[in-house]
Amino acid sequence: MVVLSAHNLSLVKGERLLFEQINFSVNAGNLLYITGPNGAGKTSLLRTLCGFSQGEHGEVRFLQQNIQDCAPLFQQKLVYFGHKAGLNAQLSALENLVFWCRLHAVAAQETDIYAVLADLNLLGLEDIAVSKLSAGQQRRVALARLWLKQQANLWILDEPFTALDKQGIALLNTKMLAFLNAGGAIVTTSHQALSPQQKYQELHLEYRW
Amino acid sequence: MSAIRALLYREFALAYRQRSELLQPLIFFVMVISLFPLAVGPAPQTLQMIGPGVIWVAAILSSLMGLERMFRDDYHDGSLEQLLISSRSLSLLSLTKVLAHWLSSIVPLIVLSPLLALFLHLSVEMYWALLATLLLGTPVISLVGAIAVGLTVGLSRGGVLLALLLVPVFIPLLIFATSAVNAAAMQLPYTGHLAIIAAMLLLALALAPFAIAYALRVSLS
Repeated sequence: MVVLSAHNLSLVKGERLLFEQINFSVNAGNLLYITGPNGAGKTSLLRTLCGFSQGEHGEVRFLQQNIQDCAPLFQQKLVYFGHKAGLNAQLSALENLVFWCRLHAVAAQETDIYAVLADLNLLGLEDIAVSKLSAGQQRRVALARLWLKQQANLWILDEPFTALDKQGIALLNTKMLAFLNAGGAIVTTSHQALSPQQKYQELHLEYRW
Repeated sequence: MSAIRALLYREFALAYRQRSELLQPLIFFVMVISLFPLAVGPAPQTLQMIGPGVIWVAAILSSLMGLERMFRDDYHDGSLEQLLISSRSLSLLSLTKVLAHWLSSIVPLIVLSPLLALFLHLSVEMYWALLATLLLGTPVISLVGAIAVGLTVGLSRGGVLLALLLVPVFIPLLIFATSAVNAAAMQLPYTGHLAIIAAMLLLALALAPFAIAYALRVSLS
């Protein structure tokens, strides 16, 4: 089953053509690994896939439907994890996640969130303002969404391993494998090598002038 | 519904935690108005004549100071992206944010207004008219202001630009609001003025949520 596909996608940012005529499809249980040097347009591609910006040409389809036409369904099934964590620095981890769950119609209760935070080694830090956590801890709080949103079948992750320690990377790799085995699809960029047991298709973006 | 409630709860929690930031425009408002009796002299007639205009101009300027808060942090920390892909109606979420902003940063201003009316020797009739225009008119500032904030949130130092964009838009509001208070001062009916401000409010209420949502999408793309 094709979860996400791009058809002749081109994107112009400012004066620069970032990429053109990109075609791919990601099946359930597959991971698409986008590589390329800094500035090649990896983040822009991911943002286009999420529907934040529309490509100059081409379209993105979710389950064979244009993502603009099936936006509510697409968004219910999507977890986007961007460069910006999407956490308010003045609210605690728990407050941030409770709000996010309500907003994204995730049924998780506070006890579920506590359990996920405990799995992520954040026990005892859930009531502290996010600004007082370290960079890696903040990323972990943001990553908790992957654990919480169980109805998702597509993850779009932009540099998910940034700032994580070894144990955090292992945790995330295990979670990604479990998600893929359960029939989820992942699109990710990373400058780090993925874990060896992961099978993936690679899409390389060139830096273009 | 639960998303709206959660958003309101979050906004109020944040407002409480950033109360010093909320207090600044309020103090600015009080200080600007208290400068007038010092500058133009304490003669009741003069103060009464300029009073409504002074309060309204100060209200517009001080609400401009706090407007940026509405989406700035959310834009920079990425919360806005998560808001956009939440499968909820972005217009409704924007309207909720505007409501939270109005309640937390403009209502305190209205609560303070009797004190300022006293500073400027407004009569009781004038004060009631002023209160009515503030109650009907300030939501328009929040609603229309949110559109401009949505458009400028991605720019660094959008603050001054925001003021330049918005001040001309508020001129009609200012004219009707101050003339309502002046009519009240002369014991004339001012329901007509209020009706026009109410019409502005209804128009803004109907259209602004969509414009805000669109502006936010443009800023994030």
